[in-house]
Formats: sequence, structure tokens, C-alpha cells
Amino acid sequence: MGSGHGTELNLTLKVWRQKNAKAAGSFETHQLTGISTDMSFLEMFDVLNEKLIHEGKEAIAFDHDCREGICGACSMYINGRPHGPKNLVTTCQLHMRSFKNGDTIVVEPWRSAAFPVIKDLAVDRTAFDRIIASGGYVSVNTGNAQDANNILIPKEAADEAFSAAACIGCGACVAACKNASAMLFVSAKVSQLALLPQGQVERKERVKKMVAQMDEEGFGNCTNTGACEAECPKGISLENIARMNRELTAASLK
Amino acid sequence: MSKLDSKIPEGPIDQKWSKYRSTVHLVNPANKRSLEVLVVGSGLAGASAAATLAEMGYKVKVFCFQDSPRRAHSIAAQGGINAAKNYQNDGDSTYRLFYDTIKGGDYRAREANVHRLAEVSSSIIDQCVAQGVPLAREYGGLLSNRSFGGTQVQRTFYAAGQTGQQLLLGAYSALQRQVGSGNVTLCSRHEMLDVVTIDGVARGIIARNLVTGEMEKHFGHAVLLCTGGYGNVFYLSTNAMGSNVTAAWKAHKKGAFFGNPCYTQIHPTCIPVSGDHQSKLTLMSESLRNDGRIWVPKKKDDNRKPTDIPEEERDYYLERRYPAFGNLVPRDVASRAAKERCDAGYGVGNSKMAVYLDFAFNTARYGRTEATKRNIQNPSQEEIMRLGKEVVKEKYGNLFDMYEQITGENPYEVPMRIYPAVHYTMGGLWVDYNLMTTVKGLYALGEANFSDHGANRLGASALMQGLADGYYVIPYTLGVYLSEEVSRMSAEKDKPDSIDKLKTKHPAFDAALKEQTDLINKFLTIKGTKSVESFHKRLGLIMWNKCGMARNKQGLTEAISEIQALRREFWSDVRVLGSADEMNPDLEKAGRVADFLELGELMCKDALHREESCGGHFREEHQTEEGEAKRDDANFAYVAAWEYKSESNWELNKEELKYENIKIAQRSYK
Repeated sequence: MGSGHGTELNLTLKVWRQKNAKAAGSFETHQLTGISTDMSFLEMFDVLNEKLIHEGKEAIAFDHDCREGICGACSMYINGRPHGPKNLVTTCQLHMRSFKNGDTIVVEPWRSAAFPVIKDLAVDRTAFDRIIASGGYVSVNTGNAQDANNILIPKEAADEAFSAAACIGCGACVAACKNASAMLFVSAKVSQLALLPQGQVERKERVKKMVAQMDEEGFGNCTNTGACEAECPKGISLENIARMNRELTAASLK
Repeated sequence: MSKLDSKIPEGPIDQKWSKYRSTVHLVNPANKRSLEVLVVGSGLAGASAAATLAEMGYKVKVFCFQDSPRRAHSIAAQGGINAAKNYQNDGDSTYRLFYDTIKGGDYRAREANVHRLAEVSSSIIDQCVAQGVPLAREYGGLLSNRSFGGTQVQRTFYAAGQTGQQLLLGAYSALQRQVGSGNVTLCSRHEMLDVVTIDGVARGIIARNLVTGEMEKHFGHAVLLCTGGYGNVFYLSTNAMGSNVTAAWKAHKKGAFFGNPCYTQIHPTCIPVSGDHQSKLTLMSESLRNDGRIWVPKKKDDNRKPTDIPEEERDYYLERRYPAFGNLVPRDVASRAAKERCDAGYGVGNSKMAVYLDFAFNTARYGRTEATKRNIQNPSQEEIMRLGKEVVKEKYGNLFDMYEQITGENPYEVPMRIYPAVHYTMGGLWVDYNLMTTVKGLYALGEANFSDHGANRLGASALMQGLADGYYVIPYTLGVYLSEEVSRMSAEKDKPDSIDKLKTKHPAFDAALKEQTDLINKFLTIKGTKSVESFHKRLGLIMWNKCGMARNKQGLTEAISEIQALRREFWSDVRVLGSADEMNPDLEKAGRVADFLELGELMCKDALHREESCGGHFREEHQTEEGEAKRDDANFAYVAAWEYKSESNWELNKEELKYENIKIAQRSYK
């Protein structure tokens, strides 16, 4: 259990430092005192970075932007779990009240061959962009659309598509998977569009192209451990993977 | 003679756009293939513009500082997007959306642009739905709407509390489709550091590769800045950490006038500051004001728990002061009212700088409806609240979860504590009707321009404007200029040193590259004692205290000299470590803060010169007896477009605002 409001923590941080993609990395240990439990995990990192700069040492590089759990930039592997100990939150929404005084916290980057480290905790996730570019869309040029209410969508289908579309593309699923599989990410987009009438025309081609691109990027296979679903900050369901497998089978049978 | 030509087409307001777009010059498909367009920023405006222009056949390059275009800050917009569809049969129309936006902007926006925005709003919804954006639906399969502030119709389309995410992912997938087909080159983790002009015309940009540190030159026949707003000048805002003014500011220094820099939107419903460690503030969507009631205790320093304060001892001050609009008054009005109550000593929470946003009343109402629907006779209070909570959870679940993550309190049980925070900037680069800045060939779209929201933006209108500019305006208006470029290129085709042959080999590119490289080296060689972050925080405090929700002559005058002094200190004592030829987030931030340190001064100067109150700009010297904003239409019905001359030296240009279709009036929400 965590600590209450307004208390302060003393912590030991073991943080992965790596100069660039080619350099070998290693852990660096830092002591932090007086960390408010109201801080977010990244605000704790801000404090650490200010301390490092004050000491004349280079700040730790990490990806982050919106700090409200929606942009998908933040990507820390904390004590062996992507986005840390709390379920259904991103690193930026993890708060220090989830930790105890005296804790040692180990922070690493996402680890996957398809996500090479750029520096310290920042990794290259452009493979995800390339998978979307391979087929994660409906081919409709601007100006071609009919009136929005001409397309009737049952509320259940709209809601289910929305749940799949809630994916933020952070890559926690890949980081959590022992095979570094990207099936949850890819299946979320395949599902969203397979569930909606707008996605029907390209349904078969889409799944084939996206899976092919996924394989080309070097992501591993899915062995149904469910780690991705357990660690997904947006609660993307494993059912999407099952649906994608069905879609792929159907697309392959002509 | 004014230097500003807004290029508003002739004719009646409701025919200007349709006639204009049917008669402007076009670029033929073969010529489009030889025209290169640089799009800086990949949010709603940038992604939609880039995708659409690539579909049309232009060669497009997109730049974003994030690791993926999908992370642009449009992603964080929560509540919704307006469109005059009138699906609810409640009296909405293009005219009404136009009118609400002009009135909401406190009569400081340009009529022709706003009418065009209202006209194209419906097509945006059509396009997004066609892309597979899962907007909320009713049980019959039709689209659902909700209410937002400053209107009396339901015209806001939404996807739970993640509308921006879903719309951006729609635009992003359209963009990626073009990347996949080779029509768009994507440069992620790139930051634009300068616009390159040749003979006063934009010809490209200088960008830094944020992974390798390499400085790059990029040529374009047109440059589109879709780089968002500058709210982070306040340090604490609801903007993303990386949101910055650098692209717009560098363009400003190259000749693009800056319009109405002092118009800042302070959003009324944000999670209050919890301590000095705070790095950003988080919005709680305006859509919550549909179902939440805002109140403070009637007694000063009432330390009882909110749930222990009986109904008759609560002051629902918005409902009291503005009975016609109640909790749905526009943002500027709601924010000032919250500040007024807190300043008067009625604030709640530890800091006393917060008010309650309470869902109990509407949770119970939903619960009773659900009980009736399910034919539950005489439900208990607990049963009612349980049923109501299910409804509230479906509508706002992700927002309630986010509130709980940040504050550690459960908003289903106790009212949210909220306080206003910087959210959006209505000001931005001055643009004409074509969205072109005062630099030829340089455009500004979305929040980066000044044009549509006047002195206050209505909720759910930012998404509308970003997508309108990108999907439906620039694809037409860019052709006006590029068709001239085609003629020029043809005339110069035998010239050995033509711009089109030299491209980035033109000496202007090398000069700009050197200037920016020198600037980066300067940051690294100061080797001072204070971090970039510490300067940003200090600037933010000056801005918030003296150029924030309420402004006065003395404070603004002081702020200007304080910012100048802070800037001097920055340039002599900032500490930026690491090197230029690697990923270096601290170095990136140094450049952004350096630009904020100049922008802040201009904002104060603009606020000081505008001797009136309007929308988000509230000068304490200019208010009615009831404390409402008091405009001075005789002297200030203009856009202030500032022209950069040299450090701390700007010339004011004015674009008169003419209201030919809407009667300019005292804004009332009572």
C-alpha cells in the first residue's frame, strides 16, 4: 500500500543510463530525499534532473509530453513493470503515494529489438507508425464523405470500437511481453475498423498488410500469456488479439 | 496606409466562402507534383492539412518534435467538437454557430473567418465519421450530442472524454496513409528553429534532428505553421510539456506580425495546484459543467467537509449571477467568478484557492431516471446513487479516474476541487483570409493563428478550428499563392541561379543555419549556475501574477521590466549541459524558454496598450459595477498586430474589425 497525503519519502533510484543506441548502458544509483507523495512519478524525475544539473551532471533523457495519460509518450519500466506498480495508469499518472519511504525503485527503458534505445530511457517506437502506415486507416480522401448520420452504427459496436481505439500507442504491451510481441497494439486498430461499417471494404487487405508489417519490424510472436493486457494502461482487451487472428484467418481463406 | 490586407472577399457573409472557393486560381495536378509544402506540427491542423494536401498531389514534408505525429497535444482535448448539424432539432444553424462564436469571443474576431468556420463545421463531422472515428452514438445508431458553454443548443459531438484523441488518431491515420503511399515524408523528433526567407518570401526552414543533433535545411514552396499555442509561457498550464512558441516566434522575428498576444484563455475547471513540485496542470473537461454544479460555502473559511455542508449554506454562484446560462457560462466568465469568490475568502481545500464541482445532484437525477426505466419502485437513496453513478461513469469515466489518480480523492463520493488554469491562447500569428501571415508563403493554422476566437474561445471550438483550417480551408487557399508560384517557376525556368534550382543551396539557407547553430553553441557556452527550468518557473510566476486572469497598468509595467531583467540573467547565467550533437532535452528546452522570455514581454505590452476589458483580457481598471468585462468598442474594436523591429521594440498595426452582420453589443449571459 502507498502513503497518505502530504507525507515525504526518501528513496533510492536505480536508473538506466545509456549514451546512445550504440553505447553499452548501465544502472546509476541516486538518493532522493523529501519527495512529496503528491508528486507524479515524472515530477520526481524532474526533481532528480534539477539535482543532477545543479551538480553539473547531465540530466536523464526520458520521453514525456502531455502528462495526463493520453499522448502515450511516457515509457518507463519501473520495478519490472511497464508504467510501474499500478494498473491502468501511465507513468505520468503514477503518483508517489504508490511508494513507501525507503523504497528502492529500478527504472529502465522499454526493452525490445523493435524499440532500440535512443538515449537513457527514451526508445525509438517509429515501428508503430510504420504499422499504421501499412494499413491502419480507412481510405477516404477529404471531401468524399457522406452525411455522418447516414452511417448508422449500433451503440454496442460504436462502444466496442471506441474501447479498441482508446489505445495510446505507448508500447507497454511490447515491453511487457516476453516475446516482445506487438499483437495487442496491432489488433486494437484492426478491431476498431473491423467493428465499424466504414472499415468493411478494406477489412481483409488491412489485416494482412498490418500483420506483415508487424512481422517485418521484428516484433515477436504471441504466446497468449496475457501480460500485454495486464500492463496496458488503457485496458485494451485480449479479445482484440483473438479477433485479429480470426480476421487474418478469414482474410487468408479466399 | 495599413500594412495589413485581410483579403476578405466581397459579397454577403453567407456567400463569401462558397463564391471565393469556386473562383480562386487552381493548380493543375501535374504542377502540384513539383510543389513542395512543409508542414510544421502534426496536431489536428497539421495532420489534416498534410494528409489533405498530399491527397491532392502536393509533395509534403511533416515535422514534429514528438517521437510520433500521433502525440501532438490535440490528443489531450477532452470534451468535444462543435458542428452546426442541428441533429438535435433544437434550433441550431450555421448562423447561430457563427453568432455564438462572435459573441463568445466578445466581438473581437473577424466575421468572415468565423462564418466560414461555421459553414465547414458540418463537413468535419462527416469526414471524421467516414475515417472510422468512433464518436458517441445513441441506441438508434445516430450520433449523440452534448452541451458546452456559451450556447443554448446541443451541438457538441464527442467520444467520451477523449474526443481530441479520437479526432487526432483519425487525422493521423489519414496522414500515415499518405506516408505509406510515399506522398508525405515524415520527420518526427525534429524541431523547427527558423523559417528561411529569401527577398521576404518564405522558402523553407531550419530544423534540428533531436536524435542526432544535426542541423538540417529544408526547402518548400510554402511553409505551414501548425504549431499550437503558447500557454506554456505561464510555466503551469494544461498544455503538454513540450508545447512551445518557438516556430511561431522565430517566424515573428522574420516578419510575421503577432496578433492579439495578450488574449489568453484561463479555463475554469482544472485540478488545483498541489505544491511547488507541480510541472503542469490538468483540465477537467468543460463537458463536466453539463452535469456538475459549481459552488462554494456561503460562510467564509468554512472548514467542514463539503458533504457536511447543507444545501442552504451553499452558494451556487454561477447559477445565482447568471440565471440564463448558469453553470454553462463561457470560460472567461466562469474563471473570473471563481477567482472573485476565492479572493473574497470563500475558497475551499487546503490552499483555499479552489471551488467545488459537485456531481451529487445530477447523479441522483440520473439514478431516479434509471430506476424509473428499470421499473424499480421506491428506490433507496443508495440505490439511486448507485444507478446514477453508472450513468456518470459511462459519460465521464476517464476524467473521474484521472482526477482520482492526481488528487487521491474519489470524485464519485466527494465534489471535485477545481480552479482556473491557463489552457489556450486565442492570440497568434496574424493571418489573412487565406491563412497567410504577413510573410509571403508562410501560413499559420489552428491555435497558432489568431483568427477565429476573438478574445475568448468557446468550448469545443478548438478542435473544430484546427480541422477546418486543415481539411477545408488551406486546401483551397494555398492554391491562390501556389498558382502564382507556378507562374514564377515557369518564368524563371531558364535562370541558372533560380530559387527552384538552388533550393537549399541558396546562401540564405546557409546564413540561417549558421545563425541557429551559433545560438545553440551560445546556450552551451554560457555555463552559468541556474537551470533552464528555474528560469521558466520564474517567468511563469511573473506572467500568472501580472498578466493572468486580472491585469492592471501597474502590474503590467512592472512585469515588463522584470521579464527584461530575467532575460538578461538567463543569457548570462543559464546552465545547459551536454552537447549539441546528441539527444539533449535540456538544450531543446533552453531554446524554447529563450523565446518565451521574449514573447512574455510582448504579451504584457499588448495587455498594457489595450485599455479595455474583453473576453480573457480583463483589465481591473475597466469593469462594470457588477464586475463584468467592459469593452471600449469606439477605441479598441481592432486586432492588434505587432511587428517586430528589434529587441523590446515593436510597432503596432491595427486591423479594424467591422461588424456588418452581427450587432455589436454588451455581452450578457444573465
